[in-house]
Amino acid sequence: MKIGVLLKQVPDSETRIKLGADGAGIDEAEVKWVINPYDEYAVEEALRLKEKKGGEVVVVTAGPARAVEAMRQALAMGADRGIRVETGAVSPDACFTAKLLAKACEGEKFDVIFAGKQAIDDDCAQVHIGVAECLCVPHVTPIEKFSISDDGTKAVVTRPVAGGKKETVESMLPAVFGCEKGLNEPRYASLPGIMKARSKPVVEMKAEELVVGFAPRVKPVLLTLPPERSAGKIVQGEPEKAAEELIRLLREEAKVI
Amino acid sequence: MADILILAEHANGKLKKYSLELAGKAAELAKVSGCDLFAVAFGSPAESLVAELGFYGVRKVFLPSHEALSSYSGEAYAKALCDLVSKKKPSVVLATASTMGKDLMARAAMRLDTGLASDCTAVSIDGGKLKLCRPIYAGKLLAQVEIDGLPQMATLRPNVFPVPSPESSAAEVESFATEPGIVAARVTGTSDAESGMVDLAEADRIVSGGRALGSADGFSMIGELARALGASVGASRAAVDAGFISHDHQVGQTGKTVNPTLYVACGISGAIQHMAGMRTSKVIVAINKDPEAPIFSKADYGIVGDIFKVVPAMTNAAKKLLSE
Repeated sequence: MKIGVLLKQVPDSETRIKLGADGAGIDEAEVKWVINPYDEYAVEEALRLKEKKGGEVVVVTAGPARAVEAMRQALAMGADRGIRVETGAVSPDACFTAKLLAKACEGEKFDVIFAGKQAIDDDCAQVHIGVAECLCVPHVTPIEKFSISDDGTKAVVTRPVAGGKKETVESMLPAVFGCEKGLNEPRYASLPGIMKARSKPVVEMKAEELVVGFAPRVKPVLLTLPPERSAGKIVQGEPEKAAEELIRLLREEAKVI
Repeated sequence: MADILILAEHANGKLKKYSLELAGKAAELAKVSGCDLFAVAFGSPAESLVAELGFYGVRKVFLPSHEALSSYSGEAYAKALCDLVSKKKPSVVLATASTMGKDLMARAAMRLDTGLASDCTAVSIDGGKLKLCRPIYAGKLLAQVEIDGLPQMATLRPNVFPVPSPESSAAEVESFATEPGIVAARVTGTSDAESGMVDLAEADRIVSGGRALGSADGFSMIGELARALGASVGASRAAVDAGFISHDHQVGQTGKTVNPTLYVACGISGAIQHMAGMRTSKVIVAINKDPEAPIFSKADYGIVGDIFKVVPAMTNAAKKLLSE
């Protein structure tokens, strides 16, 4: 089986995000870079599928040179090789990134592609869907359960939908699946895994050679900080009295109940 | 400027509240631009139901009809939307950032080779160009964006825009014939929801519990306060990871982003990632025994105390007050 994983390197969720000097990007000085948390579920599911069906797991990333670090982590978990699309010369939006990743995936003819359901930096949740469209394959996202048929031609997945319901979806392969938290427990890279990862191949492609003459469709104009919240009032007193007073305030002062 | 098209949703014989919010905002944009507002609705709703969109400014509703569209398929629904867009050539297509909206719009935008700004919390129009604001880094930053492509596509976050007062008159309803193409992924079953569960992203009031609840049983106390306040139940990541409650209830950066009028956080310290999911709540209430808990610096009201004493007391007080 040829299994692809779309991977993105993002700032760790603990990071205090600061605006860059030009208001156009973030200040990367103190950022700790990690694999997008949702992509970890994608890597893990890919590895489990490889363990079940054999084959290889290829990690595909669009990003700058530092993104290789995140790819090495996936390789250390057990992925076999990587493809990185260098995006330094372009500033891709979700649409452009999807085109780049799809082009990078084209030659590989993946049977299954896993991706995180969204990246925790831009929160677009669009790229993996765009990749599916470019490759003319179905997509199902977000998925909480994944299983593959014995003959490897289709997958059955579970997807949470509105109101706490779960949908069961049967998809022909190849297809793209966006992974949700709870799909699996990502493994830790072992020490031997980390050592081996160093020599696993990561091929570089250039964005401007993969997709020629394309410009992003969504343009950022300005980045700002959201309004700050400040502390309100602490309701004093014994639990029962304080609780009563709080309920009263919510009704009469805040007018929310 | 050509017209605006919105994707309206419905469930259980009613239009979704967030679809009315969407219609209201889209109607405002259409009015400013001097153009018309149309809607498309899937799932074969009753004509009389979708005609109600007229009260919110929609002139005509298109109902794509084909047997294969009776249950959701990202590819098929996206194709139907694209077919309608090719026919009617709207300059703007808007949907709610709901499960269906996010999915279908992403596929359609790619197919139409245009830009999609997702999960927007503000939108205005100037000279036919949309100006959108969307939270990024889980709301730690706001990005103002514009779209270079036609149609301009965006999804709007639920529970942000107001539901306008109904007026005008009922919309026309027109069937729209479309071929879904090959449907390679299909829904084969749907499980029942947890009883009475409201999608947290749409909930107007939420009571959330943290790991301090100690157990799944501890969460029943949260459920009681939620019931007394007519609220949904949320949880911190720690509580979910500890197995006290399912991930569907998780609020935060790797859970749901919510925007209720009232958010009551019980035994939740207020880690950055949790705050990221609920920071835009209109009123935040924090109950925690640690006076230094970071959440107090962002809460409108707080009680420093034992949640096992305070929460039941709040439930009693709420029941008394709301029964008056």
